[in-house]
Amino acid sequence: MITKKDVQYIAHLSRIHLTDEETEKLTTTLEDILGYIEKLNTLDVSTVKPTSHVLPLQNVFRRDLPRPSLSQADAIKSAPESHKGSFKVPQVIE
Amino acid sequence: MKNYETVIGLEVHLQLNTQTKIFCGCSTQFGREPNSQTCPVCLGLPGSLPVLNEQVLLSGMTIGLALNCTINSLVKFDRKNYYYPDLPKAYQISQYDFPIAKEGFLKVETGGQVKKMGIIRAHMEEDAGKLIHSPETKSSLVDYNRTGVPLVEIVSAPDMRSAQEAYDYLTTLKLLLSYLDVSDCDMEKGSLRCDANVSIREQGVQVLGTKTELKNLNSFRAVKNAIDFEVQRQIQTLEAGERIIQETRLWNEEKQITVSMRSKEEAHDYRYFPEPDLVPFMIETSMAEKARQALPELPTEKLTRFINDYKLSLYDAGVLVQDKNLAFFFEACVKAWNNPKKITNWIISILKQELNARRLTIAQTKLSITHFTELIQKVENGTLNNLTGKEVLTHMLDTGKDSATLIQEKGLTQVSDDASLNTIIDQVLAENADIVHAIKSGKENAIGFLVGQCMKKTQGKANPKKIGELIKGRIHNVSSS
Repeated sequence: MITKKDVQYIAHLSRIHLTDEETEKLTTTLEDILGYIEKLNTLDVSTVKPTSHVLPLQNVFRRDLPRPSLSQADAIKSAPESHKGSFKVPQVIE
Repeated sequence: MKNYETVIGLEVHLQLNTQTKIFCGCSTQFGREPNSQTCPVCLGLPGSLPVLNEQVLLSGMTIGLALNCTINSLVKFDRKNYYYPDLPKAYQISQYDFPIAKEGFLKVETGGQVKKMGIIRAHMEEDAGKLIHSPETKSSLVDYNRTGVPLVEIVSAPDMRSAQEAYDYLTTLKLLLSYLDVSDCDMEKGSLRCDANVSIREQGVQVLGTKTELKNLNSFRAVKNAIDFEVQRQIQTLEAGERIIQETRLWNEEKQITVSMRSKEEAHDYRYFPEPDLVPFMIETSMAEKARQALPELPTEKLTRFINDYKLSLYDAGVLVQDKNLAFFFEACVKAWNNPKKITNWIISILKQELNARRLTIAQTKLSITHFTELIQKVENGTLNNLTGKEVLTHMLDTGKDSATLIQEKGLTQVSDDASLNTIIDQVLAENADIVHAIKSGKENAIGFLVGQCMKKTQGKANPKKIGELIKGRIHNVSSS
């Protein structure tokens, strides 16, 4: 059972501000999604091997060889704000 | 006051010394211009895909094996979700339930005994970026060069019972890691970081007390001091009838106290789930076995071998092994000139002090193995005395020149022909008639003073043994005439 409190908690973890109306709406939406998962849970999967990945691939590596990086200018090009080559974000207090 | 027992577990983050980041080909070089070593993968731009750096898996396996861990046959990555600007993707790729290594131990010499400290796990993950807080602009500046630099996190069991044990564990672990060549283990550069989980419980109680996690520990000394402070704080809290709150506390080096991080900042709810962008990794037994075979000689093995093969004392072998570079230098020297005892003496009583004074490791100096062993031989055969030999060594460290060149340049050839020495002795005997008299009346020890005076007159270039003999002869002659 998803409560308004759950939604507010998740919103906080995700640093998202929700209005009361949105919180209300998301509570029902999330409840619906969980309901759907519950439905999947009724399936018999005793013969299905648990998997963490859908592709029949394993051990894909890269060799430890440097490749060119983006230029500093390109790296920060899409940043809404930057300062002397650094991304500038609202102050986070530690 | 009740009797409390301290329980400590340590998490060590080790930055690996790979050329490139864990999931992309960006360089890992330290100290470059901000954001000049980034790409769509480590910036977390949409559409980019991570690919594991093979060397990271190998190093992770090496670390696990050196810590007597089991290597998991299935290894996968997971997303650890948290929102903080040092993570461009809002999640860190780490490992949750199938880390590279699990269930090992490290033997630590502490308090005069060897204690086996459990290792719960070692896992691979990516480092986060660097934030610089700028209060005047009310903003934080982010540099993502460090984002994606490979880390291995080593999690110990809560097996340490005092700050000193934690300190000894760290020293032993760091030494072991330095022999593996997987990291520069430099705490000042942040290549080795440590967090401590600390709790207390009444003696005899089995259940663990509520722990606090200590962060911002920038040296082993800080780890020790922070734990000592935190234990006292927890005892006082309990004695006052209050409860310990599970929280992260930051060590304040200046005030030597731990301070609570605002609990709002650290909802520890990471909602791990499998990283769909990376395929799983299967480690065949043969692959792990190959890595085990390839392990370098570890410090404890080297110590035993030094004692057995070179007949060194436990103390001498210990001093050499404590510094990996020095241990390798020692063996190379023995190969060049087979006299382990003399080489050990020179390294421990002279070279090590010179290095400490210069704050250098042997690798950072210009000292060559041939030059060093030739120098010791020159002192052995009397070309130089101990004093001038030491002087030549200091010039060697600074210039990288060989002893023959330096002896010539600095005019340090030992004065040992009788004629020159006798002239000097004449002067000294004349100037110190009272001492000569004392020696004649049986105070043999005073000869040392006269030898010293002669050495002074030759600026240390004379052969002190020879001077001693000559003076003795002269005084005997004088007394018998």
